[in-house]
Amino acid sequence: MAGRLAFDYHALRVFPGCCTCRDVLFPAMVREMKADRPVYLSLLQFEWPMAALASIAHRVTGVMLFVGIALLFYLLDLGLGSEESFAEAVALLDEPLPKLIIWGVLGALIFHLVAGVKHLLLDFHVGSSLEGSRIASGLSVAISAVLIGMAGVWLW
Amino acid sequence: MVTNITSFGRSGLSDFIVQRVSAIVIAVYTLCVAGFFLVNPGMTHEALLGYFSSLPMKMFSTLALLSTAAHAWIGMWTVGTDYIRGHYFGAHATVYRMFYQFGCMFVLFVYVLWGLLIFWGI
Repeated sequence: MAGRLAFDYHALRVFPGCCTCRDVLFPAMVREMKADRPVYLSLLQFEWPMAALASIAHRVTGVMLFVGIALLFYLLDLGLGSEESFAEAVALLDEPLPKLIIWGVLGALIFHLVAGVKHLLLDFHVGSSLEGSRIASGLSVAISAVLIGMAGVWLW
Repeated sequence: MVTNITSFGRSGLSDFIVQRVSAIVIAVYTLCVAGFFLVNPGMTHEALLGYFSSLPMKMFSTLALLSTAAHAWIGMWTVGTDYIRGHYFGAHATVYRMFYQFGCMFVLFVYVLWGLLIFWGI
């Protein structure tokens, strides 16, 4: 049964381990009640299992990329422009703060990609059980941490 | 089922499949470009230009650019409709959300134009 639950938000309440951002912030129960009913949801008092952390991090990194892609475009624009603008891009990459920001954008890209692969596997019911989602989330965080570290080494 | 014009949604099924197909295109493109940078440690302007200026690469870049716009639109739409709602933003939430969504559209439009200029201007 668990294998069929990947996109059934109501059934997901049965498996708190494979919740998504939407379920954590707006459980189906709450969403369907009358709009004027007082609602108190404290994010600080929730339990945040690994799957929930990976899910919200996937969303946060997605928004980071929406903004950060401008920087990658700018660098590519400089790099492809001329010898002079290429040198400008290289010089920019040598400064500590821009380098740190670029590492942040690349890190967001790496996590979003790795967690995205996990989401695609979930479509095929790989890692959709409670235990499976814990393992898959832990793995996606560990793999991206290693890759982000390697990206840092490559940049510096 | 879309029941309201301000929801800016077309079809959840369509969004679902577009999000996944575009994700695969972007992932493959990212791995190709990352691989190119990894095998060329001392990058030069000439090498970079050579890599991006072939016709197949320009087409691949354009495909990845359009996929990124579609992917980002669906993602930002989801974020907006999840958080910019009456419960948090009060009675005018729909107005705020529409401004947010127009803002997202504008930014993505700029990215697409900028990307096309970069990829086809070389």
